[in-house]
Amino acid sequence: MNKPMKDIKFSNFYKKFNFLSLILIIFSILILLFKGLNLGVDFKGGTLIELRTENSSTNIAEIRQSFLKMNLGDVTVKKFGKENDYLIKIELIKNDDENFIKSIQENLSKDLGSTVNFRRVENVGPKVSNELMKAGLLAITLSLAAMLFYIWIRFEWQFSLGAIIALVHDVIITIGIFSFLSYEINLSIVAAILTIVGYSMNDTVVIYDRIRENLKKYSKISTIEISDLSINQTLSRTLITSITTLLALFSIFLFGGAILKGFSFAMIVGVIIGTYSSIFVATPVLNYMGVTQKTILKEEDKIENN
Amino acid sequence: MLYFSKLKLVFIYSLIIILSFFSFSNFIKNDDTFLFSKKVNLGLDLQGGSYLLLEVDAGPAIKEKLQNKVISLRKVFKNKNIKFKKLKLENNLIQIKLLNSDTKLFYDFFHDKDNLINPYLNKYRSYEMDYSISEIGSESLITIKYSKFGLIEIKSSILEDSLEIVRKRVDEVGTKEPTILRRGNDRILIELPGLDDPNRIKNLLGKTANMSFKLVSDGENIFGSEMLTYDNSDDQLNVSKRVLVSGENLINAQPRLDNQTNEAIVSFTFDRIGAKKFAKATSSNVGKRLAIVLDNKVISAPVIQEPILGGNGQITGDFTFQSATDLALLLRSGALPAPLNIIEERTVGPDLGEDSIKAGAISLLIGFILVIFYMFFKYRLFGIIADLSLIVNLILLIGILTLIEATLTLPGIAGIILTVGMAVDANVLIFERIREEMKIEKVNIYAFDTGYKKAQSAILDANITTLISAVILFFLGSGPVKGFAVTLGIGILTTLFCAYFFARHLTSSYVMRNKEKNITL
Repeated sequence: MNKPMKDIKFSNFYKKFNFLSLILIIFSILILLFKGLNLGVDFKGGTLIELRTENSSTNIAEIRQSFLKMNLGDVTVKKFGKENDYLIKIELIKNDDENFIKSIQENLSKDLGSTVNFRRVENVGPKVSNELMKAGLLAITLSLAAMLFYIWIRFEWQFSLGAIIALVHDVIITIGIFSFLSYEINLSIVAAILTIVGYSMNDTVVIYDRIRENLKKYSKISTIEISDLSINQTLSRTLITSITTLLALFSIFLFGGAILKGFSFAMIVGVIIGTYSSIFVATPVLNYMGVTQKTILKEEDKIENN
Repeated sequence: MLYFSKLKLVFIYSLIIILSFFSFSNFIKNDDTFLFSKKVNLGLDLQGGSYLLLEVDAGPAIKEKLQNKVISLRKVFKNKNIKFKKLKLENNLIQIKLLNSDTKLFYDFFHDKDNLINPYLNKYRSYEMDYSISEIGSESLITIKYSKFGLIEIKSSILEDSLEIVRKRVDEVGTKEPTILRRGNDRILIELPGLDDPNRIKNLLGKTANMSFKLVSDGENIFGSEMLTYDNSDDQLNVSKRVLVSGENLINAQPRLDNQTNEAIVSFTFDRIGAKKFAKATSSNVGKRLAIVLDNKVISAPVIQEPILGGNGQITGDFTFQSATDLALLLRSGALPAPLNIIEERTVGPDLGEDSIKAGAISLLIGFILVIFYMFFKYRLFGIIADLSLIVNLILLIGILTLIEATLTLPGIAGIILTVGMAVDANVLIFERIREEMKIEKVNIYAFDTGYKKAQSAILDANITTLISAVILFFLGSGPVKGFAVTLGIGILTTLFCAYFFARHLTSSYVMRNKEKNITL
């Protein structure tokens, strides 16, 4: 047998890590149910303003005070990126007044006694935010379904089930972490989740591909040993690719500016969880489903008989 | 797997050369000659600008059309001598009460394919209106409403007309390269690159610009008049409901500075019919006040000093030159058939866009350098091959984006950086496989050959899954996120090309040349 460089008995840790995953998932669902998500204007509607004050002595309390005076309902003000940059979120939706943004700018400049520069304004009405929400959920569901289907075509259904369990695991925990940290969910986070789905799948497929190959090759070894062997054989690749992807992502996270922070954070979390899940979730599922050499050969027989 | 035919090599390298050419044409500034004319478009989030999504509120226009139908129906009934008990509009439904004996007459008329009240829409094989009849004793209650296709037809004709006028208004403001597109049945998407403050455009698009000239009534005729507020104050004025001349008859309007008072005014010219009507109205009402009403707000109400016969006039008011310019623009472009609501707005200032480009470029550079050093550290000589492949990959990616004139957004840049991180995967898969093969296969060429062969299915499966995500994101994502899907998707294609053609060729040349030596990977 072609021995891999490392020989780690991953299967010894399946129980422990499956338990950990289960706890993480339950914790994520509970926190989603009780705390909910911090939805951005894309999905909740409202107005987002990124502003820069010219007067560097302005403090955040003065800005809050000024908004309080304007009577706009719930307004959150926080620092964003560099000094003097702030991010304002207004939940109130005013679609009928074209001068809404302008009047806020005038009031702010007056109250702060210096020019306030609006660097970015996003104003989303309830109808549009509703549609964006639906499109986002549809995109995530569709991509999961597409993966399920693709793996089912390329492998057996047991593989497809294992892969999809791992993906759902990744998505739930990533969203759970966002809920726990109260990080904002916006359009780019949905893009990140879809990419995570693709990445995690990518990792799983490489291991599955090797398991299939080894199952065909060795008839005397148990499936558990085959999966350990396959993970070990691909381990070096798994780690190198995760590291290069994380290098790129950390570079975006640290230097890519404030707007890409949430996106790159979600991706970093997702890549780590996705790598973990392809080893400790997707692979054990094959064992639990009782996949053996027969599972694969049966399918090939069918093709030959046809 | 290690052999390349000459033809294949020519193809591979000419593709790389052509795409590099497109890629570099982005960095050649101020050269608009044919050769370097193609450039990647920057998204609004990178170059700054405004994105507006408008929704047409067809409600009032539909109601007005139904009211007109009621009037026409009344005429038809009169002509055909049909007696009706009730004929009115309620909640956008026309309700008619007829004797049962008359419903046949109504039916015949209503299903005549050439009737004007309920035209047959050939395009949809449906009538414009739907109706239902319920009998109550000797009478029948007929309820008429727009049919599904009737509504689609009317909404899309309102949208087409609105688009036309929006286009005129936006063009007249003179922003560079605006994009104005129809979205679905009732929406208009506007992209205004480089526009810092969309307030003026928002104001111009927020007005229907229905203009009319009406007499001010001095309390004598309460029924035929209504109280209207002034545009620039809360004062009210009692204005007759009868329209003397409407804005439809205007053919030109321009902002002017009055010679004597030095105030900004708007001068206008009527068409022939308008001029005639205006002459008549002003001749018979000398001494009275004429209100100029825009969207039910009084702009001004000067006293008619003398008959105005030439069809030219001017509007005075409390204008700045800017507001006079805008009013003239609105009058020239004509009235919108229905009010427009801004349901989504995204504006990015040019300085934020610049910062984003800088941040994107810096993180791309740093990510790139980190990955390159890591690969060299891991695979030495073959690391350099993977790195060269990565560089070519990046050039091809930008080249294709340029060739198809894709729009590069901030998430799009993130997609490029992510591609840098994930692109080496294909080569890693191959190298790791070759390492494994080299342990059992002593002849280098065979080890490399099987390595490439065996890694193929994993590479293909792994990349197709990511490609599926990118495709779904492209079709369901909006705006900047679409840009991410584009770079991610094209990145996967260029990655596969580079790993399987470019890097494989470099590897095979090296291995062939060093057949006898001991190659370490």
